[in-house]
Amino acid sequence: MSHHIVEVNDLRYGYPDGTKALKGVSFRITHGESVAVVGANGAGKSTLLLHLNGYLTPQHGTVRIGDYPLTKETLQEVRRTVGMVFQDPDDQLFMPTVYEDVAFGPLNLGFPPHEVESRVLAALERVGAMALKNRAPYHLSGGEKRAVAIATVLAMSPDILVMDEPSSNLDPAARRRLINLLKSFKHTKIIASHDLDMVLDLCPRTIVFHQGKIAADGSTEAIFRDETLLEACGLEKIERLQRCPVCGN
Amino acid sequence: MAKIDTSFFDIGQLDRLAQGHTAIHRLDPRAKLVTTIAFLVAVVSFPKYEVSALLPFFIYPVVLVAMGQLPAGFILQKIVVVAPFAFMVGVFNPFLDHEIVLHLGPLAVSGGWLSFISILLRFTLTVGTAFLLIATTSFHGLCLALLRLGAPKILTVQFLFLYRYIFVLGGEAMRLVRARALRSFGKRGLGIKVFTSIIGHLLLRTLDRAQRVHQAMLSRGFDGEVRVLRPLRFRAMDILFTLGWLAIFAAMRVYNLPQFVGTLLTRTMS
Repeated sequence: MSHHIVEVNDLRYGYPDGTKALKGVSFRITHGESVAVVGANGAGKSTLLLHLNGYLTPQHGTVRIGDYPLTKETLQEVRRTVGMVFQDPDDQLFMPTVYEDVAFGPLNLGFPPHEVESRVLAALERVGAMALKNRAPYHLSGGEKRAVAIATVLAMSPDILVMDEPSSNLDPAARRRLINLLKSFKHTKIIASHDLDMVLDLCPRTIVFHQGKIAADGSTEAIFRDETLLEACGLEKIERLQRCPVCGN
Repeated sequence: MAKIDTSFFDIGQLDRLAQGHTAIHRLDPRAKLVTTIAFLVAVVSFPKYEVSALLPFFIYPVVLVAMGQLPAGFILQKIVVVAPFAFMVGVFNPFLDHEIVLHLGPLAVSGGWLSFISILLRFTLTVGTAFLLIATTSFHGLCLALLRLGAPKILTVQFLFLYRYIFVLGGEAMRLVRARALRSFGKRGLGIKVFTSIIGHLLLRTLDRAQRVHQAMLSRGFDGEVRVLRPLRFRAMDILFTLGWLAIFAAMRVYNLPQFVGTLLTRTMS
């Protein structure tokens, strides 16, 4: 098995309108790690994620996914290795039925029909969405859409899962189910989120972005207890780590 | 506004009917598409004063509704919603065409009235069967059938995406309209100026979404080709359905059945 590492070295990216979204970002995520990317709106999280699946190519610096440096030639291989779950499931579910949507990736990868079928069914089973197989994506609830969006990615058996705000717009029960589902995955995970409570449950390591740079990179618990750092980066200490407002313990 | 909401979600309702499991639903989409096209051609090809020969054609939609276990009331309601268009097309005929072409006892019927009735009949038949086609085949089944029958791929894929995102776009438009209504008191704020701005916003949002959808497609290995996984099989049942109905349509097109029965009756009575 290849090592599912993600290595970013001095990555810089500026948008055509002059906004410098990333100003020299470096980190290394090793096999099987689960890492959160947090930061205020506009801190550069989304720009980073777009680099990880090769939608944007580095203007400066390098991105290395598994055994491949990210270049135009390795794009297809990188996209197979990195499964990307988008923030709005409506963007990700574009086929007429759930089944066809989950089959979209495997078909593009050129698997034979019976292999496609077994992959689709396995992915749907994994996220508990088997019953939705023949439904149309726009008839699903928010939680169901999210589960199916994850299945579309799993069906390509990626080594690395990249997720943008996976818990947004979910009701508490659906959010809890999602967290348990993600916990059960053995993939290398990179999760961008404002849901720090979920991050604490899922990711032992956190990278904090602030104005296009990495402000901190380390143990989630240590970072989440550092109130000065959190405040400086537009974040807030989560309730679970605060003292009880009634008894003070 | 509530009206926009409900008629909008009815499109989805029509598609949901297509998830039935009757013999009609199980037919190959191509069989239903070809039969429906033949039906439309047959109905539309009658001369403009024809009324009686159109009546037997109602058997096709009636059989579809019965065998497909579809709610006839719902389909009729859908037809009535679009009926004003046909009504406007034909409503002036009685005033323009005064020539008497038919005597029903003491009543003289002008060509205008006949053609008006003919238009309404044709409209009910054609629109009704088109709805029934979607309600038994589903929209994407139809696109698939078009594709397999040789329609350009780019066109069918456009249809698929249009149908997928029209719900999302409609939802967005509805939220914008609602937000406007909530902050405009009386007539102020409801003018054309605000409306153009809403349309502009919708366009920008749509462009953004299109870009994100494209990203999502690329990250799953999209290379310009949408592959569809669903083997269509033309079974004996499909051949029987198509050929059977084609024969019936041809017969009904050539022989005026009500007239035939009528002359038969008058002859036996005299």
